[in-house]
Amino acid sequence: MSLYFTKEHEWVRVDGDTATVGISDHAQEQLGDIVFAEVPETGKRLTKGQEAAVVESVKAASDVYSPVSGEVVDGNSKVADDPSIVNSDPEGEGWFFKLKLDNPSELDGLMDENAYREWVKTL
Amino acid sequence: MSSETNPGETLDKLPLDSWHRARGGRMVPFAGYEMPVQYEGIIAEHLWTRENAGLFDVSHMGQLFVHGRGVDAALEKLMPGDFQAAADMKPKYSLLLEEDGGIVDDLMATRRGEDFYIVVNGATKHGDIDLMQRLLPDEVVIDHMKEQALLALQGPRAAEVLETIIPGVSELGFMQGGPFHWHGRSLWISRSGYTGEDGFEISVPAIGAAELADAITANELAKPIGLGARDSLRLEAGLPLYGHDLDTRTTPVMADLVFAINKRRRLDGGFPGAMRILAEMENGPAEKRVGFDIDGRQPVREGALVLDGEGNEVGKITSGGFSPSLQRPIAMGYVATPLAEPGTALKLEQRGKLFDARVAAMPFVPHRYYRKGASA
Repeated sequence: MSLYFTKEHEWVRVDGDTATVGISDHAQEQLGDIVFAEVPETGKRLTKGQEAAVVESVKAASDVYSPVSGEVVDGNSKVADDPSIVNSDPEGEGWFFKLKLDNPSELDGLMDENAYREWVKTL
Repeated sequence: MSSETNPGETLDKLPLDSWHRARGGRMVPFAGYEMPVQYEGIIAEHLWTRENAGLFDVSHMGQLFVHGRGVDAALEKLMPGDFQAAADMKPKYSLLLEEDGGIVDDLMATRRGEDFYIVVNGATKHGDIDLMQRLLPDEVVIDHMKEQALLALQGPRAAEVLETIIPGVSELGFMQGGPFHWHGRSLWISRSGYTGEDGFEISVPAIGAAELADAITANELAKPIGLGARDSLRLEAGLPLYGHDLDTRTTPVMADLVFAINKRRRLDGGFPGAMRILAEMENGPAEKRVGFDIDGRQPVREGALVLDGEGNEVGKITSGGFSPSLQRPIAMGYVATPLAEPGTALKLEQRGKLFDARVAAMPFVPHRYYRKGASA
């Protein structure tokens, strides 16, 4: 299983041809208290960079982009029901959706965990 | 994930800048200053203020001392308040108006003897001062009290906290001010605020602000509160925010602020836009500021459109967000007057998505201002 990050602060955890997507700890920290999350429906086709989910804090609304292309196989109803999970466990229970990867080579352009954590420190 | 970025601009620092940073305040640009938007989190800070006491730094606001012969009559040429009959040390809400009756700013004005102490919004203070200097007669002088910081302590335990530091403040009635002394410094304190709760606004020399903020927060009932919670608290209280819910396109009647125009001024007029404003009071304005209850959990924010049952645009949202006290989205905006009755079902449109909403009476959360003689 491997973990990748985008410069837009999404993470992707890849297990075989399934990718789980969420927002990073840094992202939830910047957003503050999250009060609303909308996740994509199962079966929806997403292309890399497409708006896939919505996350809103008290102050602002943000889009979550799909870091890779594929078909949604699961949306996390738990974060829709209790969006504060995204604050408390952003890189675990607070995932947004899972998709079946179209093209694993799209992962090549993403940052690995060390690179991301180092880069975030420079922001 | 996308996020807003702030364009580069030169920002001023508050007298308490390092005090905020030392307490974990996240500083953001606001009204030309770097200001703390939050410390531990907006929801926690909001709820703390509703239950205990929250300390806000509002030193970005403009504190003006206006004096000179005939100052009260002169101010009445710019604003619809009754300055001549204004009681001593009683802050009054008023509005700076354009010639067409549009609102230039909303403010609090307090008579202190022959003079007036006026607190205006931070983002508009320089424009306000220019306007007042242009329109007031030469014998009326405006001192911009730049050396003063302004703190607000708000919440049901605010009086208890402040009384232990500055004995006597809890004797003030709601919307009453007075001079106090603390550690050799002169303070001006009024029992007023912008949260819907009991509380105080404290004008303190900037050099003494950190010491006073330390003394207040040394009490475990008081915590520093950022701009984020200030916004959600005032929205729940139904209080408009200038530049969002009020601007030069809105009149006091549209904004549902006619309480700021007293009986004598209604009869005599003589303030900017009086013809239009008095006609609107008589015949009703074209549109009106109202609250909205929104179905679901998603916040509907400033800029969203208000639609009638046929999809016609009949208004717009000027403030909106998630209410921490009510745990649901609430909003404020303008809607055509025939649709402004509480309970009217309307749709809101935001980023191509429709939301079911109903016009709501404000405040969303009842005010709990101090009433002298009333038991807590």
